[in-house]
Amino acid sequence: MSRNLEFEIFRYNPQEKDSVPHMQKFILDETVNMTLFIALNRLREEQDPGLIFDFCCRAGICGACAMVVNGRPRLACQTKTKDLPDKITLLPLPVFKLIGDLSVDTGVWFREMYQSTESWIHTKKVFDPKAQEERMDNDVAEQIYELERCIECGCCVSACGTARMRDDFLGAAALNRIARFVVDPRDQRSDKDYFEIIGNDEGIFGCMGLLACEDVCPKNLPLQNQLGFLRRKMGITAIKEIFGK
Amino acid sequence: MQTYYSDLLVIGAGLAGERVAVESAQKGFDVICLSIVPARRSHSSAAQGGMQAALGNCAKGEGDNCDIHFGDTVRGSDWGCDQEVARLFADNAPIEMRRLAHWGVPWNRVVPGKSFYFKGGEKFEKVEKEENEGLITARSFGGTAKWRTCYTSDGTGHAVMCTMDNRCAELGINVFDRKEAISLIHDGDTCMGAVVRCLRTGELEVYLSKATAICTGGFGRIYKATTNAVICDGGGHIIAHETGVVPIGNPESIQFHPTGIVPTDILVTEGCRGDGGTLLDVNEERFMNIYEPEKAELASRDVVSRWMTHHMRQGKGVKSAYGEHLWLDIRHLGDKHISTKLREVDEICHHFLGIDPRKQLIPVRPTQHYTMAGIRTNKDGAVYGLKGLFSAGEAACWDMHGFNRLGGNSLAETVVAGGIIGGKIVEFLEGYETRFKTSVVSEAVKKQQERIDNLISGRNGTENVYAVRAELQEALMKGCFVFRNGPDLEECVETLKGVLEKSRKVGLVSSGAGANFELGSALKLEGQVRLGLCIATGALNRTESRGSHNREDFPARNDRDWLNRTLAYWPEGADEPDLKYEETTPYFELPPGDRGYGGGSIIEADKTEIEAKTIKR
Ligand SMILES: Cc1cc2nc3c(=O)[nH]c(=O)nc-3n(C[C@H](O)[C@H](O)[C@H](O)COP(=O)(O)OP(=O)(O)OC[C@H]3O[C@@H](n4cnc5c(N)ncnc54)[C@H](O)[C@@H]3O)c2cc1C
Ligand code: SF4
Ligand code: SF4
Ligand code: FES
Repeated sequence: MSRNLEFEIFRYNPQEKDSVPHMQKFILDETVNMTLFIALNRLREEQDPGLIFDFCCRAGICGACAMVVNGRPRLACQTKTKDLPDKITLLPLPVFKLIGDLSVDTGVWFREMYQSTESWIHTKKVFDPKAQEERMDNDVAEQIYELERCIECGCCVSACGTARMRDDFLGAAALNRIARFVVDPRDQRSDKDYFEIIGNDEGIFGCMGLLACEDVCPKNLPLQNQLGFLRRKMGITAIKEIFGK
Repeated sequence: MQTYYSDLLVIGAGLAGERVAVESAQKGFDVICLSIVPARRSHSSAAQGGMQAALGNCAKGEGDNCDIHFGDTVRGSDWGCDQEVARLFADNAPIEMRRLAHWGVPWNRVVPGKSFYFKGGEKFEKVEKEENEGLITARSFGGTAKWRTCYTSDGTGHAVMCTMDNRCAELGINVFDRKEAISLIHDGDTCMGAVVRCLRTGELEVYLSKATAICTGGFGRIYKATTNAVICDGGGHIIAHETGVVPIGNPESIQFHPTGIVPTDILVTEGCRGDGGTLLDVNEERFMNIYEPEKAELASRDVVSRWMTHHMRQGKGVKSAYGEHLWLDIRHLGDKHISTKLREVDEICHHFLGIDPRKQLIPVRPTQHYTMAGIRTNKDGAVYGLKGLFSAGEAACWDMHGFNRLGGNSLAETVVAGGIIGGKIVEFLEGYETRFKTSVVSEAVKKQQERIDNLISGRNGTENVYAVRAELQEALMKGCFVFRNGPDLEECVETLKGVLEKSRKVGLVSSGAGANFELGSALKLEGQVRLGLCIATGALNRTESRGSHNREDFPARNDRDWLNRTLAYWPEGADEPDLKYEETTPYFELPPGDRGYGGGSIIEADKTEIEAKTIKR
């Protein structure tokens, strides 16, 4: 029953003088309920302590462990080896800067995204510690949360043709972020404000709509709907702009 | 060498760290936050259940107030907490939840009208009032008198973490990820910052600051079975502890959660039981209602963990390749509930077990979950022993949890404590001037560089990092888990002393270059073993059972001799901790009494002493 798994893993440590990018083969016996988290840790502890990869929660909630598994960006911790053939190829996510082996720098990318989308509630209201909270419709709260479920794993960005071609493209995660604030009544930005951020080729009009992003999103975020929603909204805003309304 | 200056250096960018940072930045201070991973990946985002605050908006929370929350917290702590701190916490929690709403957290809200809920597998009806429509609602959690756990679906930690991190971005706080603090810079009196290893390049950097706050979360990873993320490895505790002047408070106080899934120990939320899930044994029969007729599955976690272990010892466990376990049953909650309110659980079952919780039972067992143990601070968050050093969140023993932390009280603590302690840091910084002694700084860096060189060259020896770490983890599982007793603890201490020796003789197999993980693990190994020794020695000394610390050979809670807090120091060059004790609390608002659950007898403290310390509010 037990298989021998053959891993082909991308190796390159930019901080090591003699390191050159190459693929390295590892053999590992499969165990019951094995995930790539278990497999990679065993490889590091038993075969090559220098292997670089990222895990944090190991439970599919933090987004640290995205990598390209047999050609598809996904979370390594929630990938069971029994769902894979006995040859497994692991590559780091494209688009993001490589740190070493399977580890890429999503942190800096997303931090820049917060700045460019101004990822926070814009309001003139001041918090009053003595007052009761402002009311909100529960449906609205749940709608916001639906869009806030993004774990910034970067899968959508690395699957996106536009993002691979132009590094100023905001990407689906950023457009989803904007949508999160658009539906939030606490954010007082107008459509025109949002248009300034995403009403261009780096934003909503650069997207080719092929939806690789939604296909790979491990949280099943409704990226397609959000892109459509924003494109319609921004289309209308663009028309208003042109006719000076 | 890259050197950074700031007014405040926050080590750790989870909820506690970022909340501290926000408070100081709002007052105009220059703040730098460091984190091993991008802030949002911090373990805070893993919390699914929710956070407690006595808002009293929902039907089952009606009549709730800060006093009741305070009482639950003190009882939950088994009178091991600092009551002044518990009071500060309970009073501020509602304000802090509202503030989070203002900043952008999409809290679930009260929906008026009739709805159903489950308790112990039975269906009940409740009616939410029209007038409360749209206010922050709450769910039920273990160990609380009222429904007071605020939540956002099944992703409270994630949602709050996003909002807090957004707030940091808005305030322009520098949050640097892939930076790991590996030692404090101090002269024995004052803390001046930290030596940090960049996890992109492997290079050492220096961060100098007037105030430093350690907010690095828990250290569950020194146990083999834990719900904690892989970065919860005690880094912050270690750098404070190894100064020799900072004690770890109540090291023996470690919480175990009843429902880690088998085999990976990923947590399924207490919400499962809160919403009406039940625990079943090998015969698929309920048992918690036998041991705890009133609270059953909703008794506090240490109690549930213990009865589970007990029940398995009675031969009622389910045998598996990974050892024995029990079942968690949420089938009766139905598809809609599971796919919305418990979606994360649904996903965990699907992704990690390959089962459908609507139709199948979930294999669970008690697992290390939370460290009440931590860097000892006073009620202002100031760390004992070093001026300018603060700590907040799970890393700290601010001590509102005593010997057992209530579900939902920890996430709430991160933001409440972060706010209060952030404010105290602001007070400290105002008008404070300091000098950074260059000799102290260069000495600190040199020491770390030497350690790294020695590990890479194998000068100290060739012990394998991962093998030594496994020995530590196994020793703790064996001697310092849910049940403890004298002989096992003695053996554990002896084993760990041997492991400590080995940890000093570690050498790397790999080159150690760049973002190398083996080097990072090696750098904190000895410190981890020291933490393990603090737990084991603290537990061996404490000859009573209180909260999560359960001695089979001393089943009574002994207020006469043990109404105190352990302080574990590690003097420089020592091979074992130096244990001291201090009073648990400056006063009692709630004098020691029965916890109301968990049974066990109490050896009472001297009545006049208690009365003298009791105050009225
Ligand atoms: C699975 C799970 C579910 C939970 N659910 C709940 C719940 O529903 N309700 C509740 O109240 N509590 C819950 N808890 C507990 C609660 O989540 C934690 O106690 C709390 O989030 C800790 O927050 P923190 O800010 O103190 O630390 P963390 O969020 O753990 O943050 C620690 C930070 O420190 C950084 N760090 C660590 N070491 C270093 C170093 N050496 N140098 C630099 N940075 C460092 C990390 O990168 C991270 O940014 C849960 C815990 C777990 C494990
Ligand atoms: S739909 Fe747009 S954002 Fe998504 S992958 Fe295609 S181009 Fe990228
Ligand atoms: S939108 Fe989905 S795929 Fe993209 S970063 Fe967020 S969770 Fe990952
Ligand atoms: S490690 Fe957190 S999502 Fe995989």
